[in-house]
Amino acid sequence: MEKHYSMRPVDIQERVDISRVEHDSLILRLKGVWDLHEGLLEYQSIQKEIEREKPKKLVFYTQELHSWDSSLLVFLVHCYELCQKKGVFFEKASLPVGIQQLLTLSQSVPEKKIGHKKEFHRSFVYKVGIIGLSFADSTAEVFTFIGEVARSFMRLVAGKAQFRWSDCAVIMQNVGAEALPIVSLISFLVGLIMAFVGAIQLEPFGASIYVANLVALAMVREMGAMMTGVIMAGRTGAAFAATIGTMKVTEEVDALKTMGISPVDFLVLPRVIALFVMMPLLCIFANYIGIFGGMVVSLLMLDISYTEYVNQTRSAIDLGHASVGVIKSTIFGILIASIGCLRGLQCGNSSSAVGMAATSAVVTGITAIIVADAVFAVLFHAIDF
Amino acid sequence: MNSHPTVISVHDVDLAYGNFVVMRHLTFDIKRGEIFVIMGGSGCGKTTLLKHLIGLQEVASGNIFYGKQNFTKADGDERKAILEKVGILYQAGALWSSMTLAENVALPLQEYTGLSDADIREIVSFKLSLVGLRGFEDFYPAEISGGMRKRAGLARAMALDPQILFFDEPSSGLDPISSKRLDDLILQLKECLGTTIVVVTHELPSIFAIADNSIFLDAESKTIIAEGNPKDLLKNSVDPKVVHFLKRTYNKNG
Repeated sequence: MEKHYSMRPVDIQERVDISRVEHDSLILRLKGVWDLHEGLLEYQSIQKEIEREKPKKLVFYTQELHSWDSSLLVFLVHCYELCQKKGVFFEKASLPVGIQQLLTLSQSVPEKKIGHKKEFHRSFVYKVGIIGLSFADSTAEVFTFIGEVARSFMRLVAGKAQFRWSDCAVIMQNVGAEALPIVSLISFLVGLIMAFVGAIQLEPFGASIYVANLVALAMVREMGAMMTGVIMAGRTGAAFAATIGTMKVTEEVDALKTMGISPVDFLVLPRVIALFVMMPLLCIFANYIGIFGGMVVSLLMLDISYTEYVNQTRSAIDLGHASVGVIKSTIFGILIASIGCLRGLQCGNSSSAVGMAATSAVVTGITAIIVADAVFAVLFHAIDF
Repeated sequence: MNSHPTVISVHDVDLAYGNFVVMRHLTFDIKRGEIFVIMGGSGCGKTTLLKHLIGLQEVASGNIFYGKQNFTKADGDERKAILEKVGILYQAGALWSSMTLAENVALPLQEYTGLSDADIREIVSFKLSLVGLRGFEDFYPAEISGGMRKRAGLARAMALDPQILFFDEPSSGLDPISSKRLDDLILQLKECLGTTIVVVTHELPSIFAIADNSIFLDAESKTIIAEGNPKDLLKNSVDPKVVHFLKRTYNKNG
């Protein structure tokens, strides 16, 4: 709805007549309709008048005042503050009672002087340095937190953790079974695309059958674990951060603490265990679906039979290859769950903080997955696995 | 009785969530410049009624009139025009947490008026000073106390000088002194600005201090079982439910 307002500055003469009746008092005759929508009155002319005439008091006549709202009050507050500054008596009693009361009310609580610190302009180098340092801090936080989770896990093994398997089971269902559709879709497409690209490159050499090797190896060693990890970081890591973050906002986390229940035992551990268990299963599932995606392309585009494709796939990968992906996915699971929960527990106490916690959980989660994957690549290369 | 014109008129309204009827056959008038209290026990549907009055929920049947305009039939721009004259203070303030107090109060002014930023800033400062929050312009809602958040919510509700102000449980979560201050503020708004004020509450001291007129909602019979000035109700009502409520007693035999 677009409205048109007459936004010309309000002329002070339409609303106020300034006259000086006696030697020591300046009289303001307020008149007409004071409407907020028409803008505020500038008060500089009053200031000039006071400075020129140097009256002892400011008096108001309001007989011609038709109607008023906040715009008049804002004007009067300015006049009042002006009078205070110049040592002029502001004759409040000459105003209608309602206005008097509102003016008194607005002046009743002194202004709070401590505002917000202004943000200083910092140099580029300074900002980069801060980001670098905060990255180091954040990494340290993640490791410390994973350490805490590990200690909590030790308590669980010793039977001392405040842990409920029923919670854990529900979370497992949430992060595992309910994630199957999206994991299927993504890994099917990944398998399909890899086979398609591979087929175009290999067919001229008569090596189409090696599409099976390409898809199988890439899926089980890399893509299965990686894609599941990214999906879980977006789907589950964000959900963990939002859930725990909201619990922080509504003081549910504090309620746990004061009951002597460790939030790490009660909230974090079930989530970490759930993802720790579910991630490898999802990864194996993703591997199968990815290979199936590759097979669809091979059967439809290339002259390869079902048996050929399956046999080729079997010869291409062994348990060693498959376990590379599965081992990685377990670690990804621990990282995603821990980071999601950590960001939730670090959440501030407002609705926007929850949003930031969820965003940060996804970004940190995906970064952690990529870094961990690189570390694994070096590691497995070194031990020739 | 108040002979002022009727501002809000509720005609035979039924409130329901799906098939579950909360209240039926509600009929009452709210007059200009009065403080109208909607009272009743916890969970009887006071807040639900408020949500229907301000259009957050649609009535199951019946009509609500703002002046001569039928609010239940109004939509789009017509409804927006009606709501422009209305300010609402939610239970916990409902300030937008990603904005500072000044930005919170400024938003309705930016949306509904063509005022310059400088003018808006001045009006915002004035509104905050009315609720005792001068100098808190650049604070975020998370940085101030619950009572202050409530007052800031009131400053936001008053931003456009509304003709009607709705308060949902204004004194819940406030200490007795802050609660009394808020009551006084409500009375002053009525006296000074002539604002019509609708309050949902079950706080007895507040009810007796501010109400000109009231309705009493009953969860069992699902309708209004008493109306009038609460002080008169206390003196004259014969309905045990109303008397127990207003005297803060209960029947030990159930």
